[in-house]
Amino acid sequence: MQRTVRDLGGDAVVKAQVWSTKRAAWGGIRLVASEEEARQVASELLGRKVGQFTIDRLLVEEKLSIAHELYAGVIIDDSARAPVVIFSSRGGSGIEEIAAEHPESVAKVTVDLTTGLLPFQARDLARAAGLDRRYLNKVADALVKLYQTARHCEARSAEINPLVITEDGRVVAADCRVTVDDYAVFRHPDLGIEIARELDRPPTQLDRIAYSVEKDDYRGTFYFIQMEEGFAPDDRYVGFHGAGGGGSMMSMDALLQHGFKVANFTDTSGNPPASKVYRAARIILSQSNLVGYFASGCGVASQEQFHSARGLVKAFREVPLSVPGVIRLGGNSEEKAIQIITDYCRDLAVVVEGYGKDDTPDFCADRLETLVAGAGKPGPGQVGWTNGEAKRPYRFESPTGWIQFDHDLCAQCDHKVCITECVPQILKENDDGLPVLAITKAEAQKGKCTECLACEVECWFHGNRGGYIDLPIEGLES
Amino acid sequence: MAILIDETKRVLVQGITGREGMARTELMQEYGTQVVAGCTPGKGGRNVLGVPVYDSVAEAVEAQGGIDISTIFVPAPLVKDAALEALYAGVKLLVIVPDRVPIYDVLTIAGEAERRGARFIGPNTLGLLSPGRGVLGMMGGRAESARKWFKQGPVGVSSRSGGITSSIAYYISRAGVGLSTMVHVGGDAVVGMPHPEIMLEFENDPDTKMVVMFGEIGTSQEETVADLIEQGRFTKPLVAYIGGKAAKEGTRFSHAGAIVEGNRGTHEGKVRRLREVGATVVDKFGDIPSVTRDTLAKVV
Ligand code: SF4
Ligand code: SF4
Repeated sequence: MQRTVRDLGGDAVVKAQVWSTKRAAWGGIRLVASEEEARQVASELLGRKVGQFTIDRLLVEEKLSIAHELYAGVIIDDSARAPVVIFSSRGGSGIEEIAAEHPESVAKVTVDLTTGLLPFQARDLARAAGLDRRYLNKVADALVKLYQTARHCEARSAEINPLVITEDGRVVAADCRVTVDDYAVFRHPDLGIEIARELDRPPTQLDRIAYSVEKDDYRGTFYFIQMEEGFAPDDRYVGFHGAGGGGSMMSMDALLQHGFKVANFTDTSGNPPASKVYRAARIILSQSNLVGYFASGCGVASQEQFHSARGLVKAFREVPLSVPGVIRLGGNSEEKAIQIITDYCRDLAVVVEGYGKDDTPDFCADRLETLVAGAGKPGPGQVGWTNGEAKRPYRFESPTGWIQFDHDLCAQCDHKVCITECVPQILKENDDGLPVLAITKAEAQKGKCTECLACEVECWFHGNRGGYIDLPIEGLES
Repeated sequence: MAILIDETKRVLVQGITGREGMARTELMQEYGTQVVAGCTPGKGGRNVLGVPVYDSVAEAVEAQGGIDISTIFVPAPLVKDAALEALYAGVKLLVIVPDRVPIYDVLTIAGEAERRGARFIGPNTLGLLSPGRGVLGMMGGRAESARKWFKQGPVGVSSRSGGITSSIAYYISRAGVGLSTMVHVGGDAVVGMPHPEIMLEFENDPDTKMVVMFGEIGTSQEETVADLIEQGRFTKPLVAYIGGKAAKEGTRFSHAGAIVEGNRGTHEGKVRRLREVGATVVDKFGDIPSVTRDTLAKVV
């Protein structure tokens, strides 16, 4: 760092690289005049906590002799359905307040996607905001480049603040920020974006684990973000598992109104396979010190809800669940879903209740409160669950894991529920009356096996417990 | 009458041979939607659920005559091409179901639609449904459920959340009031027909006597609806709920939105604006059915 400062001739700006706005106000941007001063500022800043983040990186920049500070930004305007370029002839820290106080210094132009921002439009924009004509061409040039950058990397927003005019007449982007469209990240591998999620902080370990589940599985949506880490049992944090944005939001509101806090936001929707719901539940339950598990979506879901129910049951039994759960699964096949939840969680050490579309989020949050308060029954404690050991394994791969039938146990099984309950009906009895694939293993792996989890969950209760499904979650220790 | 979809509309399904396309074609057919053709490039010549499949939209239009609506079920990265193909072939209304369509693709589609006098719903929409008349997309999931859950009547529903569209419609039906059409405008920041455009459709539909709107924080859709009411362009009674009150005010990384939009987009701002122009904004979601019933009693 000292060398950089030396190269810059002693005068430099040191900027804390941390996820925060208003850095100047809390001392995250500092001017230094010597290498020695730079070292001092660095030791002061590095390791310091800002909100929940620790400063671990500094940016050392040339100190500009600033004549004017301007602002330039690009956003997508939802009502114009087009990008809009905004320019203010007054920029710098506190731009929102500046813009509100001096509306005459702010101008905007809607861009036609087919032509892009044309140089004359950029000049008109700068003029409309009252820019001194001496800088017109250089600033217009910067605006055109900013738009092109935003368009090129498919940014939902891009801004330069301040856009600086130096004493010697140069136009310099002193600081900028680009938010790339989550949905377009796949087209920009060169940007090296690890997690295509709009976050207001660096991703947590669990965020990363969840993202890798979603990234490799296009069926349905799985969205997970941790809202809080390191809470105590007394803090009343609930593991939240929603389905669909609107319903999730309302369900979280209901939790908050009942004095709970939300540890994480999770959404599995858009017709996800049971395996995805299972992984979501496992990730939610890996958070320590939860007081309850609350699953609730819109209440009238188009998707078949028994898939979600089976995913939850597998996770709850495997972990096993040690806090009460309230599961609201209204929508298609909700009767079956509720039955799966209640019947197959009955012998857990904690109470799990299932509800449908006629039960409001408010009522369900109320139920959770009652259960958490300890009104529920204490259960027998230990629950057995299939562990994958097999004397005579018959194995095949599913799209995201593997499935095994222990033919030793299957030989003693009268019901063969795996075959009858398999949703896509891809299983059959072989000549010895044992369950095998009715299709090729490759077909099963490529997606004919929909990971409905029936051949494990239903088998455990109605067969001879020979079915086992392994769905690894990379990075999550069991 | 109803808006946008009824039994007279001739519908094309793009991506009909895929997992979702096939499942939803079945729903639409069983509910009474006229699905006249399907399109999957390279898979023309076959039949899916009795529907002829073509290699291109233009070919489908030529073989089947006029197509009023195309519903799109192709993977998100292919949506732009599919939508532009339908627009170039002269289709005037698209329903873009897939989630995660890149925003600049949506803008491109929007620009082309405008040039051609066409419109689209979505992306990221569950679709729309006129009880007893027809459905587009995946609203209801199964025809049998859709028939059981949603009753015909005078209330229009417009919502930014897919699941909530169904729940509002179900709870209203259960309260003994029926629906003209229910529309999920789509969950993304930029959609083809946001709330205001749906309101204008309901305004012109004699069977719709009032509208229930489910809004959310972000975008300026609800504020624009308030503008329409103020300008006298939307005159029917409106009952609204705005979700996201408890949403954490996260650190915003872009100032640009705040500079151009000021207070637009916030929960408080939307509620205030709508109340100012005389809309009924309920604070509790559970109050929607009873307030709807009361509001309706005053107009019919
Ligand atoms: S139900 Fe279970 S035990 Fe019975 S045959 Fe199927 S996998 Fe084997
Ligand atoms: S084999 Fe059949 S029952 Fe088992 S997970 Fe796959 S689809 Fe479900």
